[in-house]
Amino acid sequence: MTATGTGTGKYTPKPGAAPLPRMIAAQAALETRMLLRNGEQLLLTVVIPTLLLVLFSAVDIVDTGEGKAVDFLAPGVLALAVMSTAFTGQAIATGFERRYGVLKRLAASPLPRWGLMTAKTVSVLVTEVLQVVLLTVIAFALGWSPHGSPLTVLLLLLLGTAAFSGLGLLMAGTLKAEATLAAANLVFLLLLVGGGVIVPLDKFPDAARDALGLLPISALSDGLRDVLQHGAGVPWGDLGILAVWAVAGLAAAGKFFRWE
Amino acid sequence: MRSEPVVQVQALVKRYGTKTAVDGLDLVARAGVTAVLGPNGAGKTTTVETCEGYRKPDSGTVRVLGLDPVRQAGELRPRIGVMLQSGGVYSGARAEEMLRHVAKLHAHPLDVDALVERLGLGSCGRTTYRRLSGGQQQRLALAMAVVGRPELVFLDEPTAGLDPQARRATWDLVRDLRADGVSVILTTHFMDEAEQLADDVAIIDAGRVIAQGSPEELCRGGAENTLRFTGRPGLDLASLLKALPADSAVAELTPGSYRVVGKVDPQLLATVTSWCAQHGVMPDRISVERHTLEDVFLELTGKELRS
Repeated sequence: MTATGTGTGKYTPKPGAAPLPRMIAAQAALETRMLLRNGEQLLLTVVIPTLLLVLFSAVDIVDTGEGKAVDFLAPGVLALAVMSTAFTGQAIATGFERRYGVLKRLAASPLPRWGLMTAKTVSVLVTEVLQVVLLTVIAFALGWSPHGSPLTVLLLLLLGTAAFSGLGLLMAGTLKAEATLAAANLVFLLLLVGGGVIVPLDKFPDAARDALGLLPISALSDGLRDVLQHGAGVPWGDLGILAVWAVAGLAAAGKFFRWE
Repeated sequence: MRSEPVVQVQALVKRYGTKTAVDGLDLVARAGVTAVLGPNGAGKTTTVETCEGYRKPDSGTVRVLGLDPVRQAGELRPRIGVMLQSGGVYSGARAEEMLRHVAKLHAHPLDVDALVERLGLGSCGRTTYRRLSGGQQQRLALAMAVVGRPELVFLDEPTAGLDPQARRATWDLVRDLRADGVSVILTTHFMDEAEQLADDVAIIDAGRVIAQGSPEELCRGGAENTLRFTGRPGLDLASLLKALPADSAVAELTPGSYRVVGKVDPQLLATVTSWCAQHGVMPDRISVERHTLEDVFLELTGKELRS
C-alpha cells in the first residue's frame, strides 16, 4: 500500500551518503574525542609516559649509560607513547566497541569499513602528535639535546604505529573485550620493562637480549635512540623489523578480525 | 495498486554451527509497515540481520530495495536505517553527540534538534550512553535509524522493555514515517504492536514464515471464531450441536460455561439463543470473540507467543 502524501513530509525519504572525506573526518573526530574523554586511556597514553620521562630523568634509578639520562630516555618514552596509543589504547577501545555493537552499527551506516579503519588510524595519529609535542616539550625542559634527521624519526614512528596497530587490532578483533583489556595491559607492562624503553637491553643476558631485540617496541626504541641520541643515519635493521611486524600484524588482523 | 517489494526473501537458510536459525524462509514485504512476529528464537533477528547485510545466507536469496545486501552493501546502506536490538553506541558518547555523528554520515539528515526533542532525548544532556536508562538507549537507537532519511527502516524489537508512554511515542513515530512514505520492517513479539502498526504481518516460527497477511486477514482467514455463554450446568449439547451448522463444535469448558466454535455470524447467534429459549436456558454473559493474532499463532503452532 502506498501512504505517501498523508504525512507532513518531515520524514520523506531523501537518502544519501555524505562525501567520504567528511564521513572520515567526522569519524576520526569522534574517535579522538572518545579517547581523550576516557580517563584510563589518558593514564596510559599521557600520564605514564610523562611520569616515566620526568621520574627517570630526575632520579638516577636505572643506569642509562654515558651522557644525560634524558637523552637515553626521551627516545624510549616516545616509542612507549606510540605503543600506548596504537597498540594498547586502540586494542582496548576497539575491543569494547566490538563488544557493545558499535562496530556492528557503524557497519550498517554509509561509512565503509575501510573508512572506519582509516578514521581510527587518523585518530591514533592525531593522539600521537599530541603525545609527541607534549613529551618533546618536557624533554627539552629536562635538557634534552636530540640529533639526527626528523624525517627518519617520522618514518620510524609511522612504521611503529603500523606495526602496533596491526597487533592491537588483531587482539581486539579476535579476543573478548575483557581478555583484550587484560592482555593489552599486560603486554604493555612487559614490553615497557623488556623492550628497551627505560631499561637498556644490554642489562639483559645475551640470549635474552637477542630475542628481545626482535620485539617491535625494542626495534622502535632502539631505532629512535640510534638517531636521536647517537645521530645515526637510517637504522635499516630496526626499520626492517618494524616492517615485518607491520605486514604480519596488519595481514593477520585483516584476515582474523571479527566485527561482532 | 501493489507496489514493488522493498524486501524479497526466498528460501533463506541460515545455520549457526549445527543449529538452523532460519529454515527455508520466504518473505515479501511491500511499502508500508511490515511486522515480523514470532516468539524468541524463531529466527526474526537472523532474518532481519540478513536483510541488513550482516549475515550471508547459507542458501536462498535476499533482495532489499532490489539490491543484494552483501554484494551491493555500499549502494544499499545509505538507503536503509538500522536499529539493532541493543548497543551500537560508544559507551562514552552522549546521546545527542552520537545522533549528530550519525547525521553527519548522511547527505540530507533530519534536523537533529527536532528529533532530539520529539523523542525526549534532550533531558539526557551530557550523560554518557552507559549511564542512560534502557528506554533512553532504545530511543537513541531509534533516532539513529531514522536520522539519515532512509527509504526503509529495520527496527529490531523497538519497544522491548519500554514503558507505555515511550512505547506510544515509538508507535507514533512509526506511523509518521509510514505516512511520509518510509517503509518499516519491525520485529516484535507483541501482538498488539503488530495489530496497531502493521499493514502486513508475517508470523515466524522455527525459522519459517507460517502465515502472512494483514492483521484482519490473519484473524479472519481460516480461523474459526468463538461464541461463549454461561447457563446452568449439564445442558444437553448434542441437541444444540444438531441445530448448528455442520462444521461447528460445542463444549462445556467448566460446569455452566459453554463455548461454541464455528463460523460465528448473525444466523449462528440466533440459532444459539433460540435453542436456549426452547430449553429454558437464560444465557448469561453471551459474548462473541474475534480472533486475535495470539489465537492465530496458537492455532498455527500450538504454542504461546510469549513463552
